[in-house]
Amino acid sequence: MSGLIAVIIIAAIVVILLFIFIGIYNGLVGLRNQVKNAWAQIDVQLKRRYDLIPNLVETVKGYMQHERQTLESVTNARNLAQSLSGAGVADRAKAEGELSGALSRLLAVVENYPDLKANQNFMALQEELTSTENKISFSRQYYNDEVLKYNNKTQMFPSNMVAGMTGFKAGEFFEVKNEVEREAVKVSFPGNPPAATGTK
Amino acid sequence: MWEQIKSNQIRSTLLVVLMGAVLLLLGYFLGVLLLDNYVAGLIIALLVWGIMTMVAFTQGDNIVLSMAGARKIGPKDHPRLYNIVEEMKIASGLERMPDVYIIDDPALNAFATGRSKDHTAVAITTGLLDKLNRDELQGVIAHEMSHIKNRDVQLMVLASVLLGSIVILSYYASRMLFFSGGSRRSSSKDSGGGGAQIIILVVGLVLMILAPIVAQIIYFGISRKREYLADASGALFTRYPEGLASALEKLQNNNTQVQKANKATAPMYISNPFYKKGISANDLFSTHPPLAERIRILRAMSGAGYADYEKSYEQVVKGDHAIPGVAGLAAQSVPLRQATTGAVAGELQERVDRTRETSDMMWKMNNYKTLDCEDCGTKLRLPPSFNQPAVRCPHCGHINNL
Repeated sequence: MSGLIAVIIIAAIVVILLFIFIGIYNGLVGLRNQVKNAWAQIDVQLKRRYDLIPNLVETVKGYMQHERQTLESVTNARNLAQSLSGAGVADRAKAEGELSGALSRLLAVVENYPDLKANQNFMALQEELTSTENKISFSRQYYNDEVLKYNNKTQMFPSNMVAGMTGFKAGEFFEVKNEVEREAVKVSFPGNPPAATGTK
Repeated sequence: MWEQIKSNQIRSTLLVVLMGAVLLLLGYFLGVLLLDNYVAGLIIALLVWGIMTMVAFTQGDNIVLSMAGARKIGPKDHPRLYNIVEEMKIASGLERMPDVYIIDDPALNAFATGRSKDHTAVAITTGLLDKLNRDELQGVIAHEMSHIKNRDVQLMVLASVLLGSIVILSYYASRMLFFSGGSRRSSSKDSGGGGAQIIILVVGLVLMILAPIVAQIIYFGISRKREYLADASGALFTRYPEGLASALEKLQNNNTQVQKANKATAPMYISNPFYKKGISANDLFSTHPPLAERIRILRAMSGAGYADYEKSYEQVVKGDHAIPGVAGLAAQSVPLRQATTGAVAGELQERVDRTRETSDMMWKMNNYKTLDCEDCGTKLRLPPSFNQPAVRCPHCGHINNL
């Protein structure tokens, strides 16, 4: 009789553990799918940027005869990024970071061309480009948040045991190293009153 | 990251349940008082509530939008607004893009509405659209999107339906009581139990007067808490609380009232549409926390996460939690981003120019001579006592002859 009770208790524990296991496993699958979904969102925006750039270069070319190099670097960065669109997260992040850098250099140069800035076509393009850049960074932000959530789950106890047994690997963050982006908001103050009073 | 919202959700749900209890209590006493039958009273209360819920969840968003005089726009009608809504949809991780509406009104306001996950909308007045720069507009839209993401819009529909039912019930009951109450009371006296009858009458009367007021206080209480949460999520989505803060500042400095707003739709707007300058808004009957306080909290944030908002809230308000349950769950801080170059650079440059002009004037008044360096263009200022034939630029070292 007591043997039967022991068997029932053990069976109950096994069933409960199985349910916990299934619950954690399904949670992990859900998170991994969210990461994949977030990655797809970034992809959509990056493709949109590839499409916009030839348009931009075409519009800008007529106005900027002396900026051939800047324009070329944008086109090259775009083509490189597009050719890497099947590569891993780290490679893509690097290429896309360079493209962002080249683009912001181009948009900084535009400041010297008032005619171009007044061009209707260019103004519409600029809004599209600004927004696409924002969408890229917001989708990146969302993707990284999702990866963090997923990685926490795969590394924390007890879900890390389930993740280890069923082969869930940590996700990779989409990190863009972009010097230009960081330097964008520098304001210089030439001619500070006290310093310039210095005489010989 | 969304787990923290759950405890807030539970609190709001409890408040809604409380409103439901007030409604049932009202129905019960009205049944006893007017119909001598508490079941009938309960049934009537549930019926009123049921019908209003059905209307709200099939037509609610359309009713609200048409009452506000909003018109739907597409990506071509206002690319910037549409783009920003798209950006915030991505940042918030919403599955479906909300419909975008514009209200032709010079007042500065915006709201979000929706009856389900698949029927959501954000609306913004033309006044606000004209006054805000890109970062500020992004902050406002982020605030509205978080109302959608946090399911506030549905919760507010639920709460407003309950409030409406309570108001309608007490209104008609009080009329019925005054016109036919006398005869009812005399007939029920025959069945005995006079003392208990009087108590029920008094309780019923008090409830009839108090229920709508209590319900309103609860309703506005729910609304105020949700505003803090929406501000916090807005900061998290944009990683730039200053955008929303400076937009709210513009709202604060403008007191045009929204023409087509009414008391029932007020909690949906980003700031109280009936707000008047000089009136303290932090009482039980206000739908929104005071703007000045919201701005101060946003400005004091050292990061963009919920934990950062909570910390800043505690500093500024020194009171109850803004987002209960956040402290233990996610203590990590989320880094802020910088302003978009185009959005702030213009204003900043203007301020720099103005400062420089003023300081130049001060120097001139003290008889300083000015001279631009021939090599690097730095402005040199020479004191009145200076009498040398040449001056060396302290910036580039070039010798300028006078």
